[in-house]
Amino acid sequence: MAGMSAPPANPLAKNPMGGDAPKPPPAPPRYHPWDDVALVATLFAVDPSGVGGVCLRALPGPVRDQWLADTRELLPPDMHRRKIPLHVTDGRLLGGLDLTATLRAGRPVAEHGLLAEAHGGVVELAMAERVRGSPVSYLCAALDTNEVVLERDGIALRSPARLGVIALDEGSNEDEQVADALLDRLAFLVDLSPIGVRDMGELPYSAADISAARDRLPAVTISEAQVGAICETALALGIYSLRAALHAVHAARIAAALDGDPEVTDGQVNLAARLVMAPRATQMPYVPPEQEQEPPPPEPPPPDQDQGESDQNQEERKDPLADQVLEAAKAAIPQDLLDRLRLGQLRRAKVRSTGKSGQVQQANMRGRPAGVRRGDLRPGDRLNLIETLRAAAPWQRVRRAERERGPAETPVKRKGGKAVAVVMPRVEVRKDDFRIQKYKHRSETTAIFVVDASGSSALHRLGEAKGAVELLLADCYVRRDRVALVAFRGKEAELLLPPTRSLVRTKRCLADLPGGGGTPLASGIETGLALADAVKRRGGTPLLVILTDGRANVARNGQGGRPQATEEALTVSRLVRASGVAAMVVDTSNHPHPQAKALAEAMDATYMPLPHADAGRLNAAVKAKAGL
Amino acid sequence: MPVPFPFSAIVGQEEMKLALLIGAVDSRIGGVLVFGDRGTGKSTAIRALAALLPKMKVVADCRYGCDPDAEVGVLCAECRGSRSETTPFKTKQVPVPVVDLPLGATEDRVIGALDLEMALTRGEKAFEPGLLARAHRGFLYIDEVNLLEDHLVDALLDVAASGENLVEREGLSVRHPARFVLIGSGNPEEGELRPQLLDRFGLSVEVRTPQDLQTRVQVVRLRDEYERDPAAFTEKWKRKDAKVRKRITDAQALLPEIEVNDQALEQAARLCMALGTDGLRGELTLIRACRALAALEGDKSVEVKHLRRLAPPALRHRLRRDPLDESGSTARVDRVVQELFPA
Repeated sequence: MAGMSAPPANPLAKNPMGGDAPKPPPAPPRYHPWDDVALVATLFAVDPSGVGGVCLRALPGPVRDQWLADTRELLPPDMHRRKIPLHVTDGRLLGGLDLTATLRAGRPVAEHGLLAEAHGGVVELAMAERVRGSPVSYLCAALDTNEVVLERDGIALRSPARLGVIALDEGSNEDEQVADALLDRLAFLVDLSPIGVRDMGELPYSAADISAARDRLPAVTISEAQVGAICETALALGIYSLRAALHAVHAARIAAALDGDPEVTDGQVNLAARLVMAPRATQMPYVPPEQEQEPPPPEPPPPDQDQGESDQNQEERKDPLADQVLEAAKAAIPQDLLDRLRLGQLRRAKVRSTGKSGQVQQANMRGRPAGVRRGDLRPGDRLNLIETLRAAAPWQRVRRAERERGPAETPVKRKGGKAVAVVMPRVEVRKDDFRIQKYKHRSETTAIFVVDASGSSALHRLGEAKGAVELLLADCYVRRDRVALVAFRGKEAELLLPPTRSLVRTKRCLADLPGGGGTPLASGIETGLALADAVKRRGGTPLLVILTDGRANVARNGQGGRPQATEEALTVSRLVRASGVAAMVVDTSNHPHPQAKALAEAMDATYMPLPHADAGRLNAAVKAKAGL
Repeated sequence: MPVPFPFSAIVGQEEMKLALLIGAVDSRIGGVLVFGDRGTGKSTAIRALAALLPKMKVVADCRYGCDPDAEVGVLCAECRGSRSETTPFKTKQVPVPVVDLPLGATEDRVIGALDLEMALTRGEKAFEPGLLARAHRGFLYIDEVNLLEDHLVDALLDVAASGENLVEREGLSVRHPARFVLIGSGNPEEGELRPQLLDRFGLSVEVRTPQDLQTRVQVVRLRDEYERDPAAFTEKWKRKDAKVRKRITDAQALLPEIEVNDQALEQAARLCMALGTDGLRGELTLIRACRALAALEGDKSVEVKHLRRLAPPALRHRLRRDPLDESGSTARVDRVVQELFPA
């Protein structure tokens, strides 16, 4: 393609892109939410694997279809495109032994997986917000190394896999999010939800512009000051992963390539900051926000009129570049960021454990199928017949040969005293072939009640607290949850009842619970938390329900002293938050008490004062908390 | 295969780099665990190390890459059989293996299994060595070790500890040496490692994203430069990488001469006692790592400065958790080090 000297005839004159538009004072830009997402499509199309990809948050619908269709149009027609379905198997994704071909050919034949097939192209990840665990890791590994290394089913294979990812995120709230590890590797996070069908417009560039930009890209340079400005902006916005800054640098270079600039302009840096960094901000910059965010239209709009601002900044060049870039990014930060942040962080703590000990657990028998594993068949396991036969198939020839060679080993069965030669099976399956079906299922919830039976709380309220617990118990019983009971009074906490399903036992235990004495609150919470950890390790999902008035007066060492006891209680509460255990504090004091509330805040728990908590509401709250 | 990012061009992350070098100097260190934030160059550093390591001498036709100078017990069955006092092994120089355990690897490929090709084409049973055999005398790298299936991790640790891999499959029984430095990396946010596993790693390193602007800018600039032209970039850093390589070979030669006097042993013991680490593994690793560090630094004996520097990576993952101490294990180690060996 032509060198970088000839900028393409640019359909851009009217395009409200960064501040890079040439001299003519831009007509007051009419901002369309579509413009930014169209730009993202363009930047992505220039170098899909370079930017890693796009996380596209939108429900299926005309807007998303349009965006995808537009993006497709911009990509070279011969480019590979693969769709990864939600429940893709490891074998299909990575590749493995092609059994049919292997048996036909009489030698091992490898089969490429989706990732290798998409080499040089784009994969679309369906329902990305629900993809967890190994598929995410495989994608990340491919994005990092640009290849797929296969060591499976007796096959070792290394195949190139340079790809860009479009993660189709259909999550409808903050709880459902694409795995962080993947998000970190995708340059663009786009939210299409505020865009209506009528907002959709044209693309600012044509496929020809894009292929020209692709050729120019390697030669585009970016200055040190600009890289510095990008890094500074990232820090100011609380974006700590260095990948974000790298994405922004790359996006700026692509923007320059599109405009035919051999060097990145500050406007292009602004643009990159807006598109790459704004959606990742985790804090508002410390700079006192002067006239930020004029609330435009009704709905929560993402990027707003940064246009005018960044142009102003262009003019008063005195401003350090970093401030200007920050300004550009800041303007695009959604207004409700702070609210969302708070929520996000809280939620994050809970959904974090996508690894081993999370909500989804592996079990023997129930749940949805989740792959197979090799191994001995133990009671309760279910054999996956197809996979077992597949595993056995390649070895048939050796086994047959072995059998024919060694007549001594011919299996003979004694039947009624006579030796009967057993008819040789057509397919010989051995223990090594056994493939056992793995299942995943939602783990059961264990509600751990931590009851304050101290004098301050108990004497007048214990009865009510007991009543509330009993009601909850009935409900837990219906849901087949397990229940455990911890009580604290006097000097220490005591596990009255380890996790059980027995309603009767729990009720009896509760009825016998005496009241009176000091309030060793920290010990109580600590005991509850230890139990919660144990539950988690065993694969359950714990829920802490703490009934107290929050007035701690006995420290963990059994000594009295209100200040120390309170301090310790708060410290332990923060541990609850850190461990990500869902918790709830029911305030049992006569009037809602600030101390119990502080406790709830420290452990990021739902707070519910008992005087207002009739059984029904309490029940609903527990249900909500347990995610049921 | 893409050109890896040069080791010497990795900005900061000194503790991680040091731990990897120590593993390269003394393979008996027992593995390195690198845990930390996303995008801090964990994998980059390990892949970079692979490109940097000096070559090693192997028995020419040995499929396990046996060390020709090793004692008989460490050789594989074939080398043991062919070894004779009169004629030494034919040898050749090969790169030190750094084997990447890819995600989704199946057990047969890791441990070794029957050779599928032989079985299909000739109907014969033959052993095909797995990744463990390939990693013999080198490194085995597992990214996202915390996401690996438990049974695989168990098998790996068992082999790593015993230095020998035993395969029983389809009536085939094979035993071969497999001594490697296990390097695991991961992000604690995606799942914790079982505590039993933690203790099996010799050193554990915590990596954090650099927070100061200068470092960050430098990282981004170098990375961007590398991505635009990997070959030219690597060429530019070749000399610096060669220096690091020389440091490793020098240290390997020096290692047997490093002295560990009673005082150093006693100090290490006091440190472990003060921290309440279980078992002797902590002390052993600490001393061993300090020897390697002394060799890397060109010192003659293990001194307090080495202990002070390596106490955190050698011990932080062996502490019992104290639910009320929020400061984290690194701070606890630092505190005790400060008390015992005030600077």
